[in-house]
Amino acid sequence: MTTSLIIPPALILICAGLTLPLFALVRLRWLVLLASPLAALWIVLTLPDGIHLNGSFLGQTLVLVKIDALARVFASVFAIMAFAGGLFALNQKSTLELSAAFVYAGSAIGVAMAGDLITMFIYWEIMAIGSTLVILSSGRRGQGAGLRYAAIHMLGGVLLMAGVAGEIAATGSVAFTAMDLSTIPRMLIFAGFLVNVGAPPLSAWLADAYPEASWSGMVFLSAFTTKTAVYVLLRGFPGTEILIPIGLFMVFYGIIFAILENDMRRILAYSIVNQVGFMVTGIGIGTEMALNGAAAHAFTHIIYKALLLMSAGSVLYMTGKRKCTDLGGLFRTMPLTCAFGIVGALAISSFPATSGFISKSMISDAAGSEHLVIVWFALAAASAGVFLHAGIKFPWFVFFQKDSGLRPPEPPWNMLASMALMAFFCIGLGLYPKPLYDMLPYPVDFVPYTGAHVVYQLQLLLFSGLAFFLMLGLLKRTMTITLDVDWLWRRPGHALASFLDRFGVYTWEWFADAVVRGATGVRKALYQHHGPKGLFGRTWPTGTMAFWTTVTLGAVVILSYL
Amino acid sequence: MSSLSWGTAEPHLPILLVVVPLFGALLVTFLRRGILAWALTLAVTFVLPLIAISLLAKVLQTGQPIIYEIGNWPAPIGIVYKVDQLAAYVLCVISMIGAVIMPFARRSIAAEIQEPAQSWYYAMYLLCLTGLLGIVITGDAFNAFVFLEISSLATYVLIALGRHRRALLSAYQYLIMGTIGATLYIIGVGLLYVVTGTLNFDDIATRLGPAIADPGYRNAVLTALGFIFVGVSLKLALFPMHVWLPNAYAYAPSVATAFLAGTATKAAIYLFIRVIFSVFGIALAIDSLPIPLVLIILSIAAMFLASFSAVFEENAKRMLAYSSIAQVGYIMLGIALANEASLTGSLAHIANHAVMKTALFLALGAVFYRIGSVMYDDMAGIGRKMPLTMGAFAVAGIGLMGTPGTAGFISKWYLGIGAIDAGHYSIVFMIVASSLISVIYIGRITEVVWFRAPSESAKTAKEAPLSMLIPLWLLAGATVYLGFDTQATVDVSAKAAEVLLGGIR
Repeated sequence: MTTSLIIPPALILICAGLTLPLFALVRLRWLVLLASPLAALWIVLTLPDGIHLNGSFLGQTLVLVKIDALARVFASVFAIMAFAGGLFALNQKSTLELSAAFVYAGSAIGVAMAGDLITMFIYWEIMAIGSTLVILSSGRRGQGAGLRYAAIHMLGGVLLMAGVAGEIAATGSVAFTAMDLSTIPRMLIFAGFLVNVGAPPLSAWLADAYPEASWSGMVFLSAFTTKTAVYVLLRGFPGTEILIPIGLFMVFYGIIFAILENDMRRILAYSIVNQVGFMVTGIGIGTEMALNGAAAHAFTHIIYKALLLMSAGSVLYMTGKRKCTDLGGLFRTMPLTCAFGIVGALAISSFPATSGFISKSMISDAAGSEHLVIVWFALAAASAGVFLHAGIKFPWFVFFQKDSGLRPPEPPWNMLASMALMAFFCIGLGLYPKPLYDMLPYPVDFVPYTGAHVVYQLQLLLFSGLAFFLMLGLLKRTMTITLDVDWLWRRPGHALASFLDRFGVYTWEWFADAVVRGATGVRKALYQHHGPKGLFGRTWPTGTMAFWTTVTLGAVVILSYL
Repeated sequence: MSSLSWGTAEPHLPILLVVVPLFGALLVTFLRRGILAWALTLAVTFVLPLIAISLLAKVLQTGQPIIYEIGNWPAPIGIVYKVDQLAAYVLCVISMIGAVIMPFARRSIAAEIQEPAQSWYYAMYLLCLTGLLGIVITGDAFNAFVFLEISSLATYVLIALGRHRRALLSAYQYLIMGTIGATLYIIGVGLLYVVTGTLNFDDIATRLGPAIADPGYRNAVLTALGFIFVGVSLKLALFPMHVWLPNAYAYAPSVATAFLAGTATKAAIYLFIRVIFSVFGIALAIDSLPIPLVLIILSIAAMFLASFSAVFEENAKRMLAYSSIAQVGYIMLGIALANEASLTGSLAHIANHAVMKTALFLALGAVFYRIGSVMYDDMAGIGRKMPLTMGAFAVAGIGLMGTPGTAGFISKWYLGIGAIDAGHYSIVFMIVASSLISVIYIGRITEVVWFRAPSESAKTAKEAPLSMLIPLWLLAGATVYLGFDTQATVDVSAKAAEVLLGGIR
């Protein structure tokens, strides 16, 4: 165990974020935004495996900086993302958002490089604070969403804290290693992780909060919270079978709601749930190839999702509009943004020669080689669904379709540059996946470009693309779900899907109603007793105070005699 | 720390800690100008932490308590001051809080209290400090009562100096309740004196054991325990004897509130620990009595009921006062669980809560200085006009919630571990759940001050002056610092907890 003096990469970004408000000069701020992620990335990539920094806290020895292959995959992509996000957001006026985003990115790297549960938990909570501030800083719209987001993550943090405390009390060790679900503390840790990953029944927080962030804020948000959760699941709970159904649920939840949605960034938010669902399924399968696939998919997903959100963010920045029905025909004046958006869309659809293809096929192949037939079919169907909602729907309705009459110019150079960088990664990794494969935790003997793979994927994409355009009229006019799912699952699926849809909507509404009613009732009851006029809120007469003192005295003395 | 050299005064430090503020208070009454009174008080309060730190360093170094015999009269006959690890630690907390808010006090007091009464305020402040330090340092049960009364009487005056016309009523109510509490305590001490014939804590503890064997005495001892338990609980505002506190805090001058919130209940908690662990704990098997159970129930009730009241408050000072009652609940819970981790958590929370709550009340004091109100409606949007003040408020508020990386997390962590060690998983959940309520009440005021449209008074407000911001940010910084470096709080607390539990039967 060598402990050399190094600067934790997480702290570089956190300090950069915290000192950002001090840099009044715009150019100096640019320098900080661009240089600090690169410094962090450099340390992450050059640090050899092992423990690099210990600390003492709460009477335990903490492993503040530890790196292995898995940690390096996530930490490096987080650093890349902080750089690209910083470049993209150079024009962001809100210093608060940039500061918060860098603290948020830094703590995500901190989670990835944490060697024990307490360090992980502390960074986890800083991450929650940072991301909440990113949402809140977008102004009025973000406030309600930000507070709801904070509440959900506070809940997740509480579960996690109870779990971590229990785990340490039970085992006496703070080590963060692979666990099973055998004890209550571990279940609590698991539940805390699942809240952040966007698992049911709380999947809705993601699409509720993220689109309310600013044009640049959502680019940051899309990368860190769910992917750190994927990372901790990979590290803590690989091969936990319950993750397979959870992941599949998320995959289809994302598709169904994305197809129904009209807000371009909300479509992409739902598709985050969908894509993370793929990774969660991979973690649940738990073979080396599946875990590799989940890690690789997290890497590529962060990049192409960021690219998609950058192109959506550019549109929002230039037009101020976010609804598909208000947009359209933008390819005329924003050809580069449009092209970058299409690259991202192809990557998320796993089009051959893009990064999505080389990572997602690992997960479905892992399901195939484990003979998980249902999982394999579900993932195949979902791949087609992804192409429908994110691969075609997003670029088509935003950049083509009808002419909305909007003629916005291209966004500023830095936004184009960061999109170009991400597009380069998408295509580069698609054509030459070796660098990524070499980083993965297990040795890779997977060859993505076999004839069967390519043909299979192209078939899937071509037919779903065909379906999209054939049924475009229906899709646009009614926005119903039955059509797409009908194509996916044929007749029996049709009934099931519409049932699920209705069932889903009804239960959600019922649930939301019940929660609201319950909450109002509880609040009323509490107010009655604790409000300014209530028993516990008002000032008692002195006699009443003395009376209760006497009652307590009597109770204590009498109980002592018994 | 021990590099301070006191020369020939070195052996007399324990008595100096009480005598210096006492004579300071006397001198201050002769100064009619507020600013002179302030300057003298400032000088006095800045000496005290130095003495307290020297004592703590010495105790930690030798591992033995410092015994100071007043007038060289040995223990059972004369009054003895005894500084062990716990006492030295609490002395440090109280004296530091007393000092750090003094730079803040000048402008705030000048704005809130008329000139002729200002020097009375400072005199009472020092007198109160004398009493609180005396409670902690003394090793004599009756002497503790005297100091309790000194601090209480001074507190009544401090509260009554508040500008609001309800300040007088609040002070009067507290006077009645405080007197009841002190009376119950002295009745308990009287009973102990009848049984053991001594007033020295250590002496009572050794003589109590044999005395209990007599069944006639046993009842008297149990009654004494009940009286002292309830009497001190009233002073530390344990639910349901807490109702005097919100008004007392709300209507006192801002600086007095910040001072009392950080120190007054802490000294009472110290007295509680001293009596329960070092006196009764040695003689009686406390576990077989209902005391821990009663304490657990009342603490948990405080954690929840007071927090709910804080959620619905419209007056920021009252909101924080309710939160104080809830926080006292945490401390008492750790005492009731009585294992090493939980007691460490409680003792650490004495310092952590003092730091955070004083910071919060100082921030409100700065707001009151600028806009003359701490009602939510008037404070709407004040964050944009006073970003540094409300920024410090937010930091301390985050600490109060128990977020990792702040002081509040440390104490709650040890409390949680203590509850697990005691085998009460349900209590862990209650600690966490009541923290969630604190998220709501802090979240609510955060929403008011940062996100609402500015109120009429907030529109014209300016940032607080530097003399207010520096103490405020010192404490806010300490909230974060103590969340990482736990040497000063947890390590000392753990040692003190070990000593306390070591003697218990």
